Amino acid sequence: MAAIGKSKAGLDKNNKYDRQLRLWGDHGQTALETSRVCLINASATGTEILKNLILPGIGSFTVVDGHKVQGEDVGNNFFLTKDSIGQSRAKFATEYLSELNEDVSGDFMEEHPESLLESNSDFFSQFTIVVATNLCERTLLKLGKCLWEKNIPLLICRCYGFIGYMRLVVREHRVIESHPDNAHEDLRLDRPFKGLVQYIDSIDLNTMNKKDHSHTPWLIVLYKYLQEWKEKHAGELPKVYREKNQLKDIIREGIRRNEEGVLEDEENFDEAIKAVNTALNPTKISSQIQELFNDDECTNLHSESSNFWILVRALKEFVENEGNGALPLRGTIPDMTADSERYIQLQNVYHEQADSDISIISNKVHDLLVNIGRGGNITDQEIKTFCKNAAFLRLVRCRSLEQEYSEDSDKLKDLSHHIDDEEPDDVIFYVLLRAIDSFYDKYNCFPGWYTDQVESDVIKLKTCLSKLMHDWGLNCMIKDDYIHEMCRYGASELHTMSAFIGGAAAQEVIKIITHQFIPFNNTYIYNAMKQTSVTIEL
Amino acid sequence: MSCDWPGRWCHVQKFIERTGPFAHPDFEPSSESLGFLQETCKLLIIGAGGLGCELLKDLALIGFKNIDIIDMDTIDVSNLNRQFLFRPKDVGRPKADVAADFINTRIPGANVTPHYAKIQDYDESFYRGFHIVVCGLDSIVARRWINGMLVSMLQYEDGELQQESLVPMVDGGTEGFKGNARVILPGMTACVECTLDLYPPQVNFPLCTIAHTPRLPEHCIEYVRILLWPKEHPFGEDVPIDGDEPKHIQWIMDKSLERANEFNISGITYRLTQGVVKRIIPAVASTNAVIAAACSTEVFKLATSCTVPLNNYMNFNDTEGIYTYTFEAERKEDCMACSKIPKSITFSESDKLQDIITYLQESAEYQMKSPGLTTNIKGKNKTLYMPTIKSIEEKTRENLKKTLSELEFVNGQELYVADPTTPMTLTFKLSLGSNME
Ligand SMILES: [Zn+2]
Repeated sequence: MAAIGKSKAGLDKNNKYDRQLRLWGDHGQTALETSRVCLINASATGTEILKNLILPGIGSFTVVDGHKVQGEDVGNNFFLTKDSIGQSRAKFATEYLSELNEDVSGDFMEEHPESLLESNSDFFSQFTIVVATNLCERTLLKLGKCLWEKNIPLLICRCYGFIGYMRLVVREHRVIESHPDNAHEDLRLDRPFKGLVQYIDSIDLNTMNKKDHSHTPWLIVLYKYLQEWKEKHAGELPKVYREKNQLKDIIREGIRRNEEGVLEDEENFDEAIKAVNTALNPTKISSQIQELFNDDECTNLHSESSNFWILVRALKEFVENEGNGALPLRGTIPDMTADSERYIQLQNVYHEQADSDISIISNKVHDLLVNIGRGGNITDQEIKTFCKNAAFLRLVRCRSLEQEYSEDSDKLKDLSHHIDDEEPDDVIFYVLLRAIDSFYDKYNCFPGWYTDQVESDVIKLKTCLSKLMHDWGLNCMIKDDYIHEMCRYGASELHTMSAFIGGAAAQEVIKIITHQFIPFNNTYIYNAMKQTSVTIEL
Repeated sequence: MSCDWPGRWCHVQKFIERTGPFAHPDFEPSSESLGFLQETCKLLIIGAGGLGCELLKDLALIGFKNIDIIDMDTIDVSNLNRQFLFRPKDVGRPKADVAADFINTRIPGANVTPHYAKIQDYDESFYRGFHIVVCGLDSIVARRWINGMLVSMLQYEDGELQQESLVPMVDGGTEGFKGNARVILPGMTACVECTLDLYPPQVNFPLCTIAHTPRLPEHCIEYVRILLWPKEHPFGEDVPIDGDEPKHIQWIMDKSLERANEFNISGITYRLTQGVVKRIIPAVASTNAVIAAACSTEVFKLATSCTVPLNNYMNFNDTEGIYTYTFEAERKEDCMACSKIPKSITFSESDKLQDIITYLQESAEYQMKSPGLTTNIKGKNKTLYMPTIKSIEEKTRENLKKTLSELEFVNGQELYVADPTTPMTLTFKLSLGSNME
């Protein structure tokens, strides 16, 4: 069965990880267990992130931190104790974190990331992802550049008073299993495939006994009456509301009546009538998938193309040829009132078509591999998973930090839509955090760090903010209230804020490692004052 | 304060010793607020599971010292992927005890009191002892019960709510990558019952599908669980299904496979079998961390007034990006818990008592579990049906089949209803019509 065995403590991992295996499966767990995560700075936010990665069982983690533990660190960090004050923060945090899960190996590097970047930037090449907390702007940009070149994902996290901030930097992140919450079914009633037509044609509603009639899957019922409707309408499907209602009426007339002429209770017909609104949407390719087809990586495969792009190309060729403009059939149907036999038969009809689509794509994949001269294999399982998720493929390409910090970035100019308002949205805090970084760069201290300087720092921060907005070409006002509030925080890192970002960031890391679910792109701001949040691409 | 060290509270102090434009109007910055958090304020955490462990750590680290935590469960291996205060050696011990020990050891000055008990084991006098109640529960019944308790503690004078009788409730819930956090000021903002429609009633497969027309592997598993087990008693006459006993799950899986093969259904696995039998809800550390953190921030705001609390509901989902939706859930004018308006229900004289009970269980508005009914007939109290006590259940069972006219109900008849979802007795006013059909 699954490749998941016993943990060091002799616990069955299937048992220990049961509640999460139901979310990302055994293959997701395997990806986690082989991942290597680097944390820069064992701040409260940093250790909370690691905690939420160690518990579900990443392979290993490494803490890079040159700081000695201070009293205030122990105050807000669950993975430091009073005895550790004055000693290596990397070492103590690693020890306490390691207690969380004996199947995860922990390591540390007592060194400042600045010097590590100077002396041994290859150090970072070994990681699946790097998570950075509490780094100053200058170091962050250096780290960002280094990881961008190495094509290693970077997640930047920060808690500042009641504001949380995250920035994801990943060149290209490909998701096959995005697990959409409300996926529409893929039933093809608008363009039935041969196997479906043959199967339904073999069924005659009129000659059935009462029990069979009321246990015929709604899919069949709807299909039958749809043909009736199409015959009267030049082969067209009902499109507008009025037409759909007409079809519903036709189906309703099909409900059987008893001897007294009273309508029988036929749930399958009720379901068919309900499905008119949702099940007749034309089968089409979403703009997101179309974009993948038009992407350079798809059109120009090369000897180093990743599995994903080869699969996308095979998919494209399928759509343009055998698929007649449609994706491979997903091959699943929803549960519906039916007797077991015909439900299973119908399920098999869909299954078989899906399998046949998969085998066509599989052949294309292997041809492509040969044509581009790429080594390595793409497994049948991978092709199958890809086809079943073909409608939900997602690609996330983040902009680099360099692009974000470039003064002529269009994205910065767009910020005025978010902040130039009586009730600005939470993006305003991005601008304020950037102003705070300018302040730090200038005064080597955070605004409001010292209680007796809060008032004077408000004025200084305001100046930094004005300069920044001027440099970005923004002509809007930010209310003094916001500047004052940021100075009130004085770079405080409240534990509950660290815990919130610790949870949210860990989940994004899991998404990156497992290639399941969809990460945010690329900046996330959490405002705990109002418990609101926003995502923006910068 | 002997356990403190320089800088320990500096992150917290900035929030409570400085004011800001977004502070609560009542906020007074003061160095004494920390003393209130530490010495005076008493918190109750309900649930020591995924959310409870996080809540305990979060609240202890932001300065709350006096915390009680209550949970009736013991530790299972499957808790260890997120309930980070527990280790493999703790499996089988009470969650509340282990969690409290861990925090009292790790965080100097923490004074956590565990209660290995059910919330229903304590009465009003216990719950009055807390300033704020925080819930990290996976049970809707328990959540409704504590909500009812806090509402029942409210005191009014000349129709005016007495603020000192109000105990705020901060409530978190998670399921997979989804969660919610809310702040309830009983009697003032929407309570759990006001928004009961946010918790959809549990959907069961129809029995006829399970018995006659299975289509999904789940139908086969339910067939074995509901119909076959009580017939075959595979592990002895009085042995109920234990979802944590591998032998039981294995038996159910084998029998489910047999049934599935009979109908050509595929997809039965051990994991699915256990999931269906135990009604397992997927869970990860990260979502619990997020929701508990949001709840703890709200507790901090309520205790210090340093910022205006959440008004009043936040939904969280991080399957696709990270999404939050924050809104003000509204009070229901005739809420069965927090309004004082007796509920009115309409039945006809020919309806039976059973019909009323079924209605109370199935309507989205009440979602009761096993309601017991009493009333007053011609000045005398009369027990109509009482499911919880076996001897009375047997004596009153025959009333279920009686029509309302046989029971001598009149229009405006008051029915007093007790149910596990609430510590209170609810009054319903019956509007009785004669049968029109
Ligand atoms: Zn209410």
